[in-house]
Amino acid sequence: MFKILKKQELNPTVTLMDIDAPLIAKKAEPGQFIILRVDEDGERIPLTIADYDREKGVVTIIFQIVGATTEKLNAKKEGEFIEDFVGPLGVPSHVEGLKKVAVVGGGVGCAIAYPIAKKLHELGAEVHSIVGFRNKDLVILEDEFTAVSDKVCMMTDDGSHGTKGLVTNALKELIDSGEKYDEVITIGPLIMMKFVCALTKEYGIKTTVSMNPIMIDGTGMCGGCRLSVGGATKFACVDGPDFDGHEVDFDEAIERSSMYKPFERKAHEDTCNLLKKEVQ
Amino acid sequence: MPNMSLKKNEMPSQDPNVRNKNFLEVALGYTKEQAIDEASRCLNCKTRNCVSGCPVQVEIPDFIKEVAAGEFEKAYEVISRSSALPAVCGRVCPQESQCEGKCVRGIKGEPVGIGRLERFVADYHNENSKNETVKPESNGHKVAVIGSGPSGLTCAGDLAKKGYEVTIFEALHLAGGVLVYGIPEFRLPKAIVQKEIDGLKALGVKVETNMVIGKVLSIDELMQEYKFEAVFIGSGAGLPRFMNIPGENLKGVYSANEFLTRVNLMKSYKDDSDTPIMKAKKVAVVGGGNVAMDAARSAKRLGADEVYIVYRRSEEELPARKEEVEHAKEEGIIFKLLTNPVEILPNDDKFVGSIKCLEMELGEPDASGRRRPVEKAGSEFEIPVDCVIMSIGTSPNPLIKSTTKGLETQKWGGIIVEEETGLTSREGVYAGGDAVTGAATVILAMGAGKTAAKSIDEYLSR
Repeated sequence: MFKILKKQELNPTVTLMDIDAPLIAKKAEPGQFIILRVDEDGERIPLTIADYDREKGVVTIIFQIVGATTEKLNAKKEGEFIEDFVGPLGVPSHVEGLKKVAVVGGGVGCAIAYPIAKKLHELGAEVHSIVGFRNKDLVILEDEFTAVSDKVCMMTDDGSHGTKGLVTNALKELIDSGEKYDEVITIGPLIMMKFVCALTKEYGIKTTVSMNPIMIDGTGMCGGCRLSVGGATKFACVDGPDFDGHEVDFDEAIERSSMYKPFERKAHEDTCNLLKKEVQ
Repeated sequence: MPNMSLKKNEMPSQDPNVRNKNFLEVALGYTKEQAIDEASRCLNCKTRNCVSGCPVQVEIPDFIKEVAAGEFEKAYEVISRSSALPAVCGRVCPQESQCEGKCVRGIKGEPVGIGRLERFVADYHNENSKNETVKPESNGHKVAVIGSGPSGLTCAGDLAKKGYEVTIFEALHLAGGVLVYGIPEFRLPKAIVQKEIDGLKALGVKVETNMVIGKVLSIDELMQEYKFEAVFIGSGAGLPRFMNIPGENLKGVYSANEFLTRVNLMKSYKDDSDTPIMKAKKVAVVGGGNVAMDAARSAKRLGADEVYIVYRRSEEELPARKEEVEHAKEEGIIFKLLTNPVEILPNDDKFVGSIKCLEMELGEPDASGRRRPVEKAGSEFEIPVDCVIMSIGTSPNPLIKSTTKGLETQKWGGIIVEEETGLTSREGVYAGGDAVTGAATVILAMGAGKTAAKSIDEYLSR
């Protein structure tokens, strides 16, 4: 059992939790993830580690409420416990030696992009953060990004905060204005990462993506998280989750991520109804 | 006088057309009378070939003699001197190629039903025994066991009985390894596995779940910071293999590991499970081992109308236990033998639509001694299916290898050990089971766990 030390609503659909997990906090690195189960009989879901405090033994997760399990997780209160919390899994992001990097985050993916931007900043790299959200209400971690970036481009789909437009618009502008990046690191919806990669490929800039496919064990056993990377089958849990974005078959990944859509929709509705009942 | 019937007492089982719709155990077990009758078929011969056929050397004629006399608890004592998991072995061992394969009675007629008797004895004990397990006095030595599958449980049990302070580290949220994530409920009820694990805990074994060794802690940390004097690696088989044919990443293609993990560990066969599983109508399982049979029979139970086993060699080469093949056939699984898939084709929704196969014929024997399957030219055909389950083996998990300096492995990833002791290239570090051999059987893993426990005891008693 793992205690929820802190719970904070970042926006109506995104929640931050600090979990008491000293062993994981001791080893965690940016880019790695954990697997959790909210309760007994719950499903196992992967979440990327958003932050960690080795001394306090705390691991921070940030999640969007998208389905039954994240709904249940969000119903937990500070001081309560979650059943299982295992990690740190996956290979840490390679950030050493980079001098100038564009970190491109979209939506809740910014929660994963942030620790990478922070680490790069700590290592002395010049960091340009381009973060995109649908609208002003959904913006998260703006202050945090500002603190660790030499430049922040805030983008919203509707222009209600920052600049109206997509992250790819901002990235293209920066590149065209003469910014020379050693690498672009992008984390967000698959479709966004696909278009970031298409853009950087044109310019020949190395691009790393963080993949978050459907997973069960997360330890290299089930093979559910497989992806085609450079024509070979790779497993996000042990080979990733970071991959060379120019090699990833995004169309396949997008298809695979939709395998349980109808089931997830129904499960989410059932959970919402259940939680409503409990409240009454 | 021995019972000279040429046939074994038949195992009472659920009707095939009932059981292929539920996940309850298929075999129901002998009654006392059937067990005594079957036990009296044993000739108690001097050569004891059966014992040499058992990877953990259960004193088979001795326990059978007790069964014949109706002394079931005494029979259990005999078995448990050698085997840590009799209720499991009685159910999942490939007896036909081990103990029963060497039984004299099998020369003319059927061998003694050793597996069935072992199962009876273990179940009898589990139901009737009131013996409180006595935790042995600690000898002060700490041993870490990585993985709670058959090799880890056996190694932990043997060491705990000798007074070692054993901690098992399990990566998943539940202990049992392949016994809980892989082998289905209808073949090995999870309550039985739980009982075995509870037994170990009563001996003082600690079980730490959610501990992925190689990630959260390394073997070096276990030994240096946590002061474990010896480590046994029983981390099991790893990533599933695929055929590298077009269409393998379509929606609706599973590895057997994923399919079975969803069904068994995550209980997705139950309506209230949070973990989804595809309830396909037509399923092709590629492969011919026990895991393939488990996947096929599970798919049938989830409501599939047609389930195919697609295997490139002939029936004779099927690596699965005979009983599993028989059970699968009884339950309506369709065997497409001498058939090799070449492509998986999508339907309009980009889910699996069909599997394209070639007919094969057997040529000259290959390196494995089995006749090599050769493609028949122009024999291409399609089977319409909406789900494909790849069950063609696994390659070892890289997590421990990549984080343990000086741990030597084979080119294919298996950990290299001294066969007689289980010792790896690192002092105090032992290994066994699928992590060493690649995918094999429960009982071979148990044998390896036993060997390592003995070596660890010798090493730490020095």
